[in-house]
Amino acid sequence: MSISWYLAVSAIVFSLGAVGVMTRRNPLVVLLCLELMLNGGNLALIAFSRMWGNGDGQILAIVVMTVAACEVCIGLGMIVAIYRRHLPIDVDELRELQG
Amino acid sequence: MSAVLFFLAAIGAITGAVGVVVLRNPFYSVLALVAHLISLAVLFLLLRAEFVAAVQVVVYAGAVMVLYVFVVAYVGGESDSIGERLRGVGAPGSTGSGLRLGGAIVGGALLVELLIALLGTGIEATSGYGAPYVSGPQTYGTPAYIGKLLLTRFLVTFELASFLLLIAAVGGVVLARRRGGIGEDEPEVFVPIDLPRPRDSGTIAEGVGSAPTAGARLTSGDRIDEESAVRTHAGSLS
Repeated sequence: MSISWYLAVSAIVFSLGAVGVMTRRNPLVVLLCLELMLNGGNLALIAFSRMWGNGDGQILAIVVMTVAACEVCIGLGMIVAIYRRHLPIDVDELRELQG
Repeated sequence: MSAVLFFLAAIGAITGAVGVVVLRNPFYSVLALVAHLISLAVLFLLLRAEFVAAVQVVVYAGAVMVLYVFVVAYVGGESDSIGERLRGVGAPGSTGSGLRLGGAIVGGALLVELLIALLGTGIEATSGYGAPYVSGPQTYGTPAYIGKLLLTRFLVTFELASFLLLIAAVGGVVLARRRGGIGEDEPEVFVPIDLPRPRDSGTIAEGVGSAPTAGARLTSGDRIDEESAVRTHAGSLS
């Protein structure tokens, strides 16, 4: 398959993740949709890396995976802390920081 | 052959992504994301990124998703649907359906824009099959190739990523640790069994000898009796 097919799949996955981030209320699912967006970016990076026969894109994809793992660690820690304080697990209800 | 595999993996990846967004129960969303990640690893393999595909399956679909499953099981997966049911969100005319419609419209616009940007470029190489590839032990995409790149050209990136992981680990521990039991801001939970009650009120807890008031009854004499009983039992054994 030509590279453009992979790019189309990555665009679809990224848009689906963006829709999920905008519409879902549970912060766990918002984090999952964030993973979807990162994965769409990863697929595009690796497709372009294959296109030029250059390994830099793969290194960047591995770095993106590292950042995603860190984000999951912090995000899940925050969700557990929210749950311990008996606050609602709902991004619409958590508006204390709203100005 | 590779075309069939591509379409199977692409359909799997897109179906998994739709499942993550659409499914109500967060636990099912996590499972859909696992299916999505494995399909994506197949796509990575088709793009000759063997090491990244292996990392995707082992680290992402293995470790990170297990973390998600733990937190979903701890927090309780039903919070989304229950919260929406209580507030009546999702009924036509409420703010929830408007939000969903707006999100879908913005997402569709984003998709069109991305497709125009990615496929409508003048770069002719996107319609090709990629750079020429010869298989070998240290060729493009193998662990040896990635390791050499990471430790020579991208050494600073590698070290920065390791620092980032360390910071995230410390931050996760600080965020999720228990701050000395029930804090001042948490309301004390009322449990009826902790109430003082008359000594011989005949509860089951008293029958098994672990009544809350039994602490007063268990005097030091009782404990000495138990110790001597154990000692005589040991003596009879020897």
